[in-house]
This record gives sequence, C-alpha cells and structure tokens, in this order.
Amino acid sequence: MKTFKTLALASVFGLSAMATASASTLDDVKAKGFVQCGVSQGLIGFSNPYDQNNWTGLDVDFCKAVAAAVFGDATKVKFSPLNAKERFTALQSGSIDVLSRNSTWTMSRDTTLGLSFAGVTYYDGQGFMVPTKLGVKSALELGGASVCTQTGTTTELNLADYFKANKMEYKIVAFEKNEEVLKAYQEGRCDVFTTDQSGLYAEVLKFPNPADHMVLPEIISKEPLGPVVRQGDAQWFNIVKWTYYALLNAEELGVTQANVEEMKGSANPEIQRLLGVKVKNPDGTEADNDFGKGIGLGADWAVNIVKGVGNYSEVFERNLAQLKIARGKNALWNQGGLQYAPPIR
Amino acid sequence: MTDTPDKRFTSAPPSGSWTDFLYSAKFRSWVSQIVVLLLLLWGLYEIVVNTQANLARLNKNFGFDFLGKQSGFDLSTALIPYSSTSTYGRALLVGFWNTALVAGLGIVFATILGFIIGVMRLSKNWIVSRFALGYVELVRNVPLLVQIFVWYALVLKPLPGTKQAYTFFGDSFFLSNRGLLMPHPQFGPGAWLGLAGLAAAITGIWFLRRRARLVLEATGKATPTFWPSLALLIVLPLLGLLAAGWPLTWSFPELAGFNFKGGMTLVPEFIALFLALVIYTASFIAEIVRSGILAISHGQTEASQALGLDNSKTLRLVVIPQAMRVIIPPLASQYLNLTKNSSLAVAVGYPDLMYAGGTVNNQSGAAIEVFSIVLVVYLATSLFTAAFMNWFNSRMKLVER
Repeated sequence: MKTFKTLALASVFGLSAMATASASTLDDVKAKGFVQCGVSQGLIGFSNPYDQNNWTGLDVDFCKAVAAAVFGDATKVKFSPLNAKERFTALQSGSIDVLSRNSTWTMSRDTTLGLSFAGVTYYDGQGFMVPTKLGVKSALELGGASVCTQTGTTTELNLADYFKANKMEYKIVAFEKNEEVLKAYQEGRCDVFTTDQSGLYAEVLKFPNPADHMVLPEIISKEPLGPVVRQGDAQWFNIVKWTYYALLNAEELGVTQANVEEMKGSANPEIQRLLGVKVKNPDGTEADNDFGKGIGLGADWAVNIVKGVGNYSEVFERNLAQLKIARGKNALWNQGGLQYAPPIR
Repeated sequence: MTDTPDKRFTSAPPSGSWTDFLYSAKFRSWVSQIVVLLLLLWGLYEIVVNTQANLARLNKNFGFDFLGKQSGFDLSTALIPYSSTSTYGRALLVGFWNTALVAGLGIVFATILGFIIGVMRLSKNWIVSRFALGYVELVRNVPLLVQIFVWYALVLKPLPGTKQAYTFFGDSFFLSNRGLLMPHPQFGPGAWLGLAGLAAAITGIWFLRRRARLVLEATGKATPTFWPSLALLIVLPLLGLLAAGWPLTWSFPELAGFNFKGGMTLVPEFIALFLALVIYTASFIAEIVRSGILAISHGQTEASQALGLDNSKTLRLVVIPQAMRVIIPPLASQYLNLTKNSSLAVAVGYPDLMYAGGTVNNQSGAAIEVFSIVLVVYLATSLFTAAFMNWFNSRMKLVER
C-alpha cells in the first residue's frame, strides 16, 4: 500500500510538473506575482547581495528591469544565487524564469542546452590576475604556473586553449565555488587567478590588500555576457530581449530615470514610440504607439523600465563605476562601442 | 493449543462454488503482487515518458554521443594520460580512477588506523584508552564535510610557497602549498623482469606461509614467516631489475620558474580529502573493532593465556580471528560509505568522478546522461566492494571440524 501511495504521488507530481512547465512563462510570472531571477553568489558590480537580502549589480538591475516591464514595479523580483555549475540546470528545470548571471554566450550553450541567450548586456573578456611580487608583466610569462579558476565555466576552457595555443604548460586548480577559488589564490595555492576581466576588478576589491595584485594586460577571449531564457517560449524571450533593447534605446534617446515623465511630451517620434505615448494630431485624431502589445505587455512597458532602473548608461554607472571600469566596448555604437539596439517601430 | 479447530479456518464458504479461488491465499498474494508490479511499471513508464516529453520541449536529444566530443578543460590530477583535447568520456574515466585511488588508499589506511584505535580503546592503560575514546567521539560527531575543509585549511595554510618549500632526503622530496612532490620512477624496456620478480616473491611467500602452517599443524612448532617474506618481497624484484640491466630511472622534481617540474605530485586537495576520509572512517571502524573484540567471550582469552600465549599472540591468534566474523559485515558498509563519501571531493576541488561528472555536465549540457553514468558507476563500484566483502566474509567464517 505504501508503495502504491508513493507511486501514485510520484506520477501525480510528474504530470503536474509537465502541466506547469507547458504554460507560458509570462502567465506563470504574473500568477506568481514576481520574476524569479538566477544571479551569481556574489560578484561586485554584477550581482552582489548586501544586507537584508537586497541585491545590487548590473545583472540584478536587468532582472529588476524585466520585473518593471511586466509588473510596472521593479521590486517584484526574487533572486536565486546560483554557482556556475548549477545555473543552466536551474533554468532548464523551471526553478528560475530568467538567468542573469554573468554567463557567456557560446554556440553550444545557445544550441544544445534548450536555452536561448537574449542579448549581450556586457561585453567582457577573460584576463589574468597575479600577485605583484611574482614579477610577471605578461600572460606569456606564465608558463608552468598554477592557475586558479572556477569549474563549469568558459574560463576553464579558454584557459586550456590559451596555454595550448602559446605552447605553455600550466597546472589547473579548479573549484566549484568562487569563494573557494579566491581563498586558494590568496593562500598561494596558485600563482594566477583567472576569470572575466570585470570579475578580476570586482574581486580584487574584496582582498585585504588590493594593491598587492595586478591584472595582466592580455585579454584572451571574447566573453559576451547576457541574460538567458528557456527555449520554446517566444513571448518571454521577446520580453527579455526587448527589455535590454529598451535600456539601450533609452540611453540613445537621452531618456533617463529623472526625465522620463517629461520625455513623454517629446515631439521626437522615436521617443514617442519607445515610451508608447498616444500622439494627438492637430486634426483631433489620436494615434497610439502601443509596442508593448506585441510582447504581451502594456504600452508603458518601456516607461516602467526606465522609471524602475534608468537607462543602460545609468545602470552601468551605478554598478560598474565603483570598479573603475570604463565603458570601453560597452559604449553605444554611435560612441565607438558595441552596444546597439534595433529600433522600436 | 486445543483440539477444537480454530473458527477462522473452518468458516470458509462451502467448497465447490466458482468463487472459491477468491478466498485462496495463493490467489490473493498473486493478485496483490501483480498489482504492485503493474503500478511500478506504470510509474517507471510515466517517468520515462515525462522525461522524454520535457526533453523534447527543450529541444534536447537524449544520447551518449557527447562522450566522444573534445572536453576542452583540464583536470588537476589524472592517473591516465589526459589533456584538454581528450574526450568527455575520458574525463569521466579520469574521475573514476581518481575516486578509485582515494577510496582504495582510504580503505586500506582507515582499516589500519581503525584497528589500532579500536584495540587502544580496550587497552588497560587509562591514558591510551581515554585517548582512543576522545578520538572516536570527537571525530565521528563532526560532519565529514567540515573535517574536509578543516584539513584543507590545515594542510594549505602552514605550507610555504614553492621557493621556500621544505625539502627532505636531499632535495628529492618537496613539501609546499603546491603539494608533496616525490621522485617518480620511470621504467625502461625490460622492467617487466622487476614485475616478474614481484610475482615470484608473492608466490614464494604463499608457499612459505603454507609450509609454516603445515609444520605448525604437524609438529606444533611455529616458524617465523614475517622477516623471510619481507626479504623475498624486496630482494626478488631487485634481482629482476638487475637482470634486466637496471632499466629504472627516477624523475626528480626540481624548481623551474615558479613551479616544480618532473617528479610526481600529491596535490593538497588529495591530501586533505584522504586525511579526512581516513580519520573519519577510522573512528567508525574503531567502534566496530571494539564491538567485535568484546563479542568474544572472555573465556577465550583466559584459555589462550592458560595455554601460555602472550598478550599479543592471544589477540592475533585467538581473539581477532574470531572477532572478524562480527567485524566484517559492518566493516563492509564502512568501506561503501568511504567510497561514497569520497564524492565530497568536489568541495576542495579534487577531480573525482563526481567533480568530473559535474564539469562534463556543465560543459556538455547532458545532465541526465552524465548523472546516469555517475550513478551506475558508483552503484557498480559499491556492488563490487560488497561482493568482495561477502566473499571475504565467507572465507573468514568459522571452519568447523
């Protein structure tokens, strides 16, 4: 009898899991009342917890922007801290709605995991950090070094490629948790710490003596970091993708958290379309600019985003300025960077 | 018991009715078993169908062809040749051998330490027995994961960097925070003669012990076998190597740049995991040994002493052999525990099967496939250990004459 109960329960759970998974993510999110967002376990500038379970960072603000687009309220978001190894499984299994965890867009991740990358919120590249006293000036002098990194990352793969390509030997020391990696590096278990360059600048701030460490000039990989969603739900994919584009378009059009209400009165048709304002024509007719409908949201979706977190530049300055990271490749396309959003029309 | 038959067995409906079989115990037991079996199959079917449906929804295919793909990542320790150009399958194999290494060595040393502590616990010397008690109670009551971290910190913290490494035996052993570096034997052609010598030594020892036993049974005279065995074990392989023209060279570790080159390395992760597993499991084995010894009636010890055997012989020849019957079954489960506990290696980054499985899963995305492999391998390893211990148990049974 006990066996039967267990089995019956198991199959009921199995069936209900199927049922929930097949509903649309937007409906799920609306029913729950919040966006469940997967973030890192603590990376200054991207997703970092501080007191009372509040989070800050670029990745965190992106999730808040999604929540703002859906609910008109940037606080309707909950964060799940995930390590590198469990992040994609968490998204696949449906325990989070969007993964915004400094994850690199690669072909295999985009095509074989049943997941889709929705954009590149931060263009990064892998770098190396060494103690200054090691006396190394270039990554090409690292032959024979022990290198600390996190398992289950593209970092681990680039590292192998880089040393192979430069015919150098190295010894890997890899841990599952980022804290373990940092501890091992600080205790001298390895000579070099490697991760995305933004991560190096962020982590060094946690060290007792940041000045004793230096980031080597080489960038050995392309690390386009961006939010990820499950494949097969085009609507949710579009919401996440266009949240990102709205942040960029707002910056490009000069719409900020402070002036968004005022901008609603702008005569610039591009701004009118972004902010979904109804246009009153001189002949008394009204034309609406409801682009939110296409993604299942209200016409003021982008207004809510900008009100909630500001535009891309504001998000960047708020979170990454403290790391002394320049906009660099992350400047808008018309300012020499790579950030480029398709137009809203 | 009375002569009147029990009402319950006599009140069955009159025989001959077609519904008779409904009341037969045999029929009922069959029906209930078939129902349970059907439910079980249905449950399994649901799991498979559900998994397939969900995988299809995610556009994922179930299959093991990812095993042949290039892994792209390195592992810190590998007993078989492995590099980032090897396959995912090979990475899992490296993980398996690393698990086998730490579990195998762990079992041997945990058994030795456990027996010592277990016997110490029964010592008449107050300090010795209290020390053993303290050890057991301290170690078995702290979670293993905590102990692994503690050992890792204890191993790593006080060790110097490579340039200030402690050296032993004239610059052939180095101990630093990169691990323990040792000379690595390199065998040239003809080294098989050394192996042949080893095989000959083992055969020789077997014959030696057999003869000693026969002599003992026939005349009652004990022949010493320990020192001759040790001599055989050392001399014969050396003779084999000498005959082959000494094809053995050593690769010594030396400081090159900021790391060591050559030699072989026991990484700190391995040392920490190994120490934690041995020390933790030994505390349980000690209790098993103690209970096994206490299970032997004191009369046996007294009888043995009456025969003039000293304390150590009483323990070795009378008590332990009988205690083994009690000790082996729970010992077997400690071995299984140790093997499974070795999967905590991930915590300190020792690339065991679980670590390799996790990394392969993350890089290939084949979660279900990878973890079914990991599951099957742990299961097979445990079943193999259990089978071996059962065989050993049957060997150690009391032989009744």
